[in-house]
Amino acid sequence: MIEVLAQIQFEKRTGAGCVAENGFCPSWIANNINKYWTPLLEHIYLTVVSLGLGFLIAFSLALLAHRRRWLTGPITGVTGALYTVPSVAAFLLLLPITGRGNLTAIVALVAYTLLILFRNITTGLRNVPADVVDAARGMGLTDGQILRQVELPLALPEILAGVRIALTTTVGLATLAFFAGGGGLGKQIYSESAGTGGLFFKSNVVVAGGLAVLLAAFGDLLILGGQRLALPWRRVTAT
Amino acid sequence: MSLLILAQATGGGSLGCGNPPQRPIFIDAFDFVVKQRESVSGGVCIGGPKEILDLAATHLLISFIAVAIAVLISVPLGLYLGHKGKGEFMAISASNVGRAVPSLALLAFFVAFVGVGYVNVILVLTLLAIPPILTNAYVGVQQVDRDLVGAARGMGLTESQIIRQVELPLAMPTVFAGLRTSAVAVVATATIAPLANVQSLGTPIITPQTYGLAGQIGAALVVALITLVIDAGLGRAQRLSTPKGLTINERGAKRRRFAFLTPRTES
Repeated sequence: MIEVLAQIQFEKRTGAGCVAENGFCPSWIANNINKYWTPLLEHIYLTVVSLGLGFLIAFSLALLAHRRRWLTGPITGVTGALYTVPSVAAFLLLLPITGRGNLTAIVALVAYTLLILFRNITTGLRNVPADVVDAARGMGLTDGQILRQVELPLALPEILAGVRIALTTTVGLATLAFFAGGGGLGKQIYSESAGTGGLFFKSNVVVAGGLAVLLAAFGDLLILGGQRLALPWRRVTAT
Repeated sequence: MSLLILAQATGGGSLGCGNPPQRPIFIDAFDFVVKQRESVSGGVCIGGPKEILDLAATHLLISFIAVAIAVLISVPLGLYLGHKGKGEFMAISASNVGRAVPSLALLAFFVAFVGVGYVNVILVLTLLAIPPILTNAYVGVQQVDRDLVGAARGMGLTESQIIRQVELPLAMPTVFAGLRTSAVAVVATATIAPLANVQSLGTPIITPQTYGLAGQIGAALVVALITLVIDAGLGRAQRLSTPKGLTINERGAKRRRFAFLTPRTES
């Protein structure tokens, strides 16, 4: 009798019984949360690096298309095709070329951000009122000055809206990076490394999946906050 | 360099479906699609047009059912909300939330809490397909010139006639753009359906111990090809569905292709 009670006490403390029944086990989560920090950091690494590189490429392409308008169509077509290919397929098709690991994951994730960022940056630049650009030119600003001091600041809301979309998309797609041999929260959702059967273990799925959703939401809010800091004049005019 | 990775020859060959010779991996992957071979672990014949077609049929069937259900739910709902001008927050944030929830996490959630099988996979795919169509249906109706709706009302059309004969045709390009996004996302996600025990084109991808790298890459090629074809086909359907009056301003119809990616910025 006492042994049984002790056993129940033990299971309550460690969550062993709950784990055996594949329940949702707060105590197991509390004891095993440390397993999730490394995948979370890997996930953040994949997202930030891919988004950063994607932004650099898309921004250069957008500036190019801003000067040479006819390039917009072809660039949208190519990045659109890249965006259409399913991420799992892209990860695998890159495997023989870039090998297993984070590099392959990053190349594919960068490819997915391009369309989103390129479209938003060009839309932002195009929506700058022509009057404002004319006025700046009339004041004697060079093309480069107009771009840096007039067009880019005015396009910033659209650009940052694109970054927000690209961020949440990348966080989601990075969960599939394990197909390319990359790390991240997806590996934790899928694999046995959680120790209890990955995909089928409720507590594991809730923690790893939940962290991915929280990461997307947190990143989104972070950029939104940055946008409010970077655009003080919009806070003044916003009603 | 590593492009020249050679396919590993498999042992045995007693099944009569043959062993592939050594050659560059992409050629080997193509060979996997067009010709049967013995599995890596031995004992069964894999690959070849028949198996690929079987897997592709399941893949497309579950995708089609999911998208069809999503259309039946979200088009009427989006049209209604857009017509009434209600529920903007819900219709717009649906696609934001949809983007933030990774498809793998959603599938894993269903596998762990509800179980595996066709019904659950289709449910997951439907949940993924709803947000873009709903948001686009709503935005499409909202963008319809209010004067046109007023004119239709003045001509004595009932509210449901206005929705069906004025707002729906004018919103069609935007609705189709949402459908296109959803269809491509659903076909992409159906690739991970084998995790929930539904055999799709993802099966060779997820079980390399049987199918080998050639099988993985062969299946990936087929999936990529299918999505590109679907995307192009729906793009064509989108142009055909556009009312003639809207194509006068060709740019307006074109710009909506990726409307779902450019939500309104807060201001």
